[in-house]
Amino acid sequence: MTMAASLYLSQSPIATATRRSSPFISLLPPQSIKFPSFHCHTLKDLSITASHASQRAATIIPRAAATPSSAASSTTVFHGSCYVVGDNIDTDQIIPAEYLTLVPSNPSEYEKLGSYALIGLPSSYSTRFVEPNEMKTKYSIIIAGDNFGCGSSREHAPVALGASGAVAVVAESYARIFFRNSVSTGEIYPLESEIRICDECKTGDVLTIELAESRLINHTTGKEYKLKPIGDAGPVIEAGGIFAYARKSGMIPSLTPSS
Amino acid sequence: MAASTAALTSTSFLSNKKDSDLAAFSSSLPFSFRRCERTVSKKICSVMAPQQSERKPSATGSVKTAMTMTEKIFAKASQKTQLSPGENVWVNVDVLMTHDVCGPGSIGIFKKEFGEDAKVWDREKVVIIPDHYIFTSDERANRNVDILRDFSKEQNIKYFYDIKDLSDFRVNPDYKGVCHVALAQEGHCRPGEVLLGTDSHTCTAGAFGQFASGIGNTDAGFVLGTGKSLLKVPPTLRFVMDGEMPDYLLAKDLILQIIGEISVSGATYKAMEFLGTTVESLTMEERMTLCNMVVEAGGKNGVIPPDSTTFKYLEGKTSKAYEPVYSDENARFLSEYRFDVSKLEPVVAKPHSPDNRALARECKDVKIDRVYVGSCTGGKTEDFLALAKVFLAAGRKVKVPTFIVPATQKVWMDLYSIPVPGAGGKTCSQIFEEAGCDTPASPGCAACLGGPRDTYARMNEPQVCVSTTNRNFPGRMGHKEGQIYLASPYTAAASALTGYVTDPREFLQ
Repeated sequence: MTMAASLYLSQSPIATATRRSSPFISLLPPQSIKFPSFHCHTLKDLSITASHASQRAATIIPRAAATPSSAASSTTVFHGSCYVVGDNIDTDQIIPAEYLTLVPSNPSEYEKLGSYALIGLPSSYSTRFVEPNEMKTKYSIIIAGDNFGCGSSREHAPVALGASGAVAVVAESYARIFFRNSVSTGEIYPLESEIRICDECKTGDVLTIELAESRLINHTTGKEYKLKPIGDAGPVIEAGGIFAYARKSGMIPSLTPSS
Repeated sequence: MAASTAALTSTSFLSNKKDSDLAAFSSSLPFSFRRCERTVSKKICSVMAPQQSERKPSATGSVKTAMTMTEKIFAKASQKTQLSPGENVWVNVDVLMTHDVCGPGSIGIFKKEFGEDAKVWDREKVVIIPDHYIFTSDERANRNVDILRDFSKEQNIKYFYDIKDLSDFRVNPDYKGVCHVALAQEGHCRPGEVLLGTDSHTCTAGAFGQFASGIGNTDAGFVLGTGKSLLKVPPTLRFVMDGEMPDYLLAKDLILQIIGEISVSGATYKAMEFLGTTVESLTMEERMTLCNMVVEAGGKNGVIPPDSTTFKYLEGKTSKAYEPVYSDENARFLSEYRFDVSKLEPVVAKPHSPDNRALARECKDVKIDRVYVGSCTGGKTEDFLALAKVFLAAGRKVKVPTFIVPATQKVWMDLYSIPVPGAGGKTCSQIFEEAGCDTPASPGCAACLGGPRDTYARMNEPQVCVSTTNRNFPGRMGHKEGQIYLASPYTAAASALTGYVTDPREFLQ
């Protein structure tokens, strides 16, 4: 699972540049600080995926870069501040239909989609997920209630969230197509909480998610929450989606990209 | 995950519930699978007795395991004789539909993953229908239709419903309009088949007794290259609707009633099967309305047992042989809901959720600014006939702007040609004109989902709208503070006449 390790290196100048303000390391509980150990795969792959990594606002720290491949997803930690929404956030609120002319598979339009992420939320959300004239969000984790991503099948929805720099959504539950699109694109981790946490977190709270322990820590409130295990979907997202996963695991042959 | 080879060595290939998923991915399909596929014979398949080692003999009366319709379609499409909800299986896709919003992205993924020169798995099974953002000057929207055209030409796609002259849709004979209605009208919906589409309302086609569901671009890109998709077999919720349908109700009332009952996530991951004497009495278009909104309850698919109404509709529309399937009597359903339709009243879904149900008469004090009649849900010929029926009965003019958007070119022509029953030969278009509605617009998705700024009837102000469409989440029709009341065409017509949300019984009784 070298791809997994490749996504993040906190020491990388590119990754560092994406972190706007969060002094994340000092906020981590001491026992959870584990720096990745460098090895040749990590460095090699970083150069390939640097642009991908630079899109992410969060820092994802592989606990140990040289883990057995099957356990790769369980070594991932997300850290950053969160944006909190309620129930039934539908795809029109995540990315309104007027922006669907943007084609996600086109890199420049992908970036643009990110800048419009969650722009459809009503004005009752006084803090915007992406500030006007910004391309990226400063919130790497979205906390939501029930049925997140309901509505249309537009893949633009998880793509917009991923392109904005968010790395994970933690919701009570998901609409089916959104969940599937999140996994198949590898754009964002759709994690489920065991209890309703959107009422207990506030936008701007600093969180850590430890996939291995299926745990979410809110450093601002000091509370810890149990998440439902991501299971087999984890490695697929980590690989970068179903095609990348299928290639890596030998299910489909590798292909030299023509573009 | 390296279990794909196990399928070859196993004593019974059917036992490989997990393995066969992967076997389908690789080229090493078990031999017997292929034989079955070639002969397409039920007899051969029945020889493949399922392995029952995990089951006690007492638990299995016969080789045949009772299954629901949806399970049977999955079984057929994955060449298994039995399966259960929760199983992940590779299914062969009969039709893949895409449109101008998600087609370009799906094509982009297909090319990236399978190569610039790759060919789609079957040029006759890919149906491409531009319908969302057509009559707009938005350059990117126009470009997206160009991408569909180039791809269809390059791949020699058999069913591409093109539009080139945007100034007048009528000079584009190939152009249809809203994909879900066009799929039915053009004979692409057939009982027993698997239809996937890059649109959540693909579930509409379940009205024909097929498995139909919405997927994303990445899944569609995969299907374009392989003709297969990995799907989880959904458990089924059963909705039995009996009783005579009062003449002031439409299928829209039934589905809003159901969504109000089970909520917008009540059927997440599940199939919704509709049956009962009321459903049997419904026309195909009304059945399509019923299945269209299962996704608003989170449903994976909706399905209705095919019958003589189905077969009659299909006559002359398709030459392909199809095989209807039906739920076994003792099939397992997750739960069953029963409705006495004769006791139901017209309902609406209030802002901002399709499950925010209320009786239309309870909302009689809600002043409205406009009425919108259109979309895959409420823009079919019969929806407009229903609208005309109320206008005719009332014999007065609408009090708020009333927008008419036929789903397809065929529907548009029906508005100008079919005499409305009891109207002395008048057509819908004449009745709408007399009632003071806006002239029927060019067919397409239009303002159902807002769209580009210049979209016809887009809600650009924070107004209150009664709409025959399917969703009313914030911003759905354009303006984030707009308020949408989802309703049947009867209720929409009655509301247009009064300027308030209105129970159609005020005019129909």
